[in-house]
Amino acid sequence: MSVVVDSIKENPVEEFLRTDRLPHVWCTGCGIGTTVNCFARAVKECGIPLDELAIVSGIGCTGRVAGYLKLDSFHTTHGRPIAFATGLHLANPKLKVVVYSGDGDLVGIGGNHFIHAARRNLDITVILLNNFTYAMTGGQVTPTAPLDSIETTTPYGVFEENFNLPHLAASCGAVYVARWTAYHVMQVKKAMVEALNKKGFSFIEILSPCPTIYLRRNRLGSAIDELKYYKEHSVIQHGADTREVGITVRRPEKIIVGKFVDIEKPDYLTAMNKHLSEVLGDKYVRWGE
Amino acid sequence: MAEVKCITADPKGVLTGVHYMDGNHAACEGALAAGCRFAAGYPITPSTEVVERFSARIPLVGGVFIQMEDEIASSICLQGAVWAGLKAMTVTSGPGMSLMLEHVGLAACLETPCVFVNVQRGGPSTGLPTLPGQADMQQCRWGSHGDYEVIALSPSTVQECFDFIIDAFNLAEIYRVPVFFMMDECVGHMTEKVVIPEADKIKVVERRYTSKPPEEYLPYKPDPDLVPEMVKAGDGYRIHVTGLTHDEKGYPVINAQAQHEMVWRLVDKIEKNAPKIWRYEEEDIEGADVVVLSYGISARVALKAIEMAKERGLKVGRMRLIVVWPFPEPRVKEIASKVKAIVVPELNIRGQIAREVERIVEGTCRVMRVPHAGGTVHDPERILDAIMEAVK
Repeated sequence: MSVVVDSIKENPVEEFLRTDRLPHVWCTGCGIGTTVNCFARAVKECGIPLDELAIVSGIGCTGRVAGYLKLDSFHTTHGRPIAFATGLHLANPKLKVVVYSGDGDLVGIGGNHFIHAARRNLDITVILLNNFTYAMTGGQVTPTAPLDSIETTTPYGVFEENFNLPHLAASCGAVYVARWTAYHVMQVKKAMVEALNKKGFSFIEILSPCPTIYLRRNRLGSAIDELKYYKEHSVIQHGADTREVGITVRRPEKIIVGKFVDIEKPDYLTAMNKHLSEVLGDKYVRWGE
Repeated sequence: MAEVKCITADPKGVLTGVHYMDGNHAACEGALAAGCRFAAGYPITPSTEVVERFSARIPLVGGVFIQMEDEIASSICLQGAVWAGLKAMTVTSGPGMSLMLEHVGLAACLETPCVFVNVQRGGPSTGLPTLPGQADMQQCRWGSHGDYEVIALSPSTVQECFDFIIDAFNLAEIYRVPVFFMMDECVGHMTEKVVIPEADKIKVVERRYTSKPPEEYLPYKPDPDLVPEMVKAGDGYRIHVTGLTHDEKGYPVINAQAQHEMVWRLVDKIEKNAPKIWRYEEEDIEGADVVVLSYGISARVALKAIEMAKERGLKVGRMRLIVVWPFPEPRVKEIASKVKAIVVPELNIRGQIAREVERIVEGTCRVMRVPHAGGTVHDPERILDAIMEAVK
């Protein structure tokens, strides 16, 4: 048994966690915690000093991530973490600012902030957990829910078109866009490392099982079934045309995952400093350098 | 208890001299003098000149202006900037203010020191974009859901747009609350002489940063004046801040006890400190039969009515609210016990401040509303009518 005790002591991500807040609120089989583990390992690998890293979440199950990470962490309002992160980043560009939230939060109520932050190419990282539902409130339809999904507010199935998030991010101007699933822990960690090191608006969509609500209500089996599905049906296509990666139906034959976009473009503050220096010359007080 | 730490203004932000400018521009210069180095906003008449000027000035001073995608974004973006260590404001008018209310509640709950400027126009809805109103006075106090308190100031002159917005920033820092700067279209667009003093004559309150080490610091443990000390992101304290009901550690606690403690403190830190916050101007109260109580542009129009009443031999005093919320209840009560009536002209028709006066005086004297739906200022004759009626 001493082996077990030692391994707990040596938990490599413990220093990232507010252990005094455990146990967490997430259900057994939920993918959020898995990705938080990936995130902690990614931060460690990047070597970002923890005091210079800030995390911002909105509302919902994934919105609780900020509350468990032992970082400067901000649990804000529904849909608005990117707008909060905008102020945090611009006021102190030395901070590494990460937004970690769910699909309903970031592209439902918060869609406007998402598209504009990507357009501005703000130097922030956005990690979006997509479980196809507003899980915290009991499973209402989100803008990512595929056709025919059963949600509490679409009891006869979804008939609206949903968002293709990598395409949304890419077409709005994101310089880094990747999609993985909660099954792909090594790839998720690697993508997080790349995103954290990327200058500009980096975006990772992570498909994540919600066994309590989405999977159960849609009779898609357990969390394990979902992870097996991710394993067997994910097709890695780095550089895929993001127009082609939409998830339009439940359990499609293939889910295209990978790194779709990784381009160079001046981020907001770089562009601001360059432009205002050119226009105003020595009168301009350069910001954040 | 953390002392209020005052410094003098950073000269980079102070445009010392005698100027001829409008209230919106003066408010911008006041904000810069107060140390505001971040503004997030969205265009809306009649307030836009404040951020137009800020966007031109801040690159020369050092700081950031960002035009956000909407007012919802603006009203939380500025709070991110505050938690990163800057002083920040947003600027809007009625329809934009309605969108910002969610984050007035967030600022109250997180105790984010920040300033919301509302250059009031006629409402409801799109209303009168280019014409004045004073119909958001209760909105700024109660507009977001839940129990909390705010501070609100109301300037009557262009000089006061400069002077009082500095006070607004200072009060935000002292009490860690959202402070409303309740202008109106007239004050915002009126052009007058403004004297901007030397930077070393301008008093600026510093943020209440803690001196405690991280292991001893609790983000929401209040000082004896009920206001907690602050840190900013990146200082190594690794704080958690949430809009959920929280304890002194800042951790969410979802029960009645935590709610009781947090909400009562958010209200008490303003109510119990109110005597230090109240601010008003009085004239000829002693021996008056009638007192005209007003604020903002209406207080200025009332001067003419008071002059006309005095020409008729009436004994009329005046009280002008500079800080509207918290409301100077004891003083209004005291005045009510000495006069026949209090006349309250304002550019709204439901008596947003008159109602507060009525509640406080409890029938001790008459309270005469002088309602006006907005779109212009009162005809002083109508205020005079109310004064004449009051002394009958």
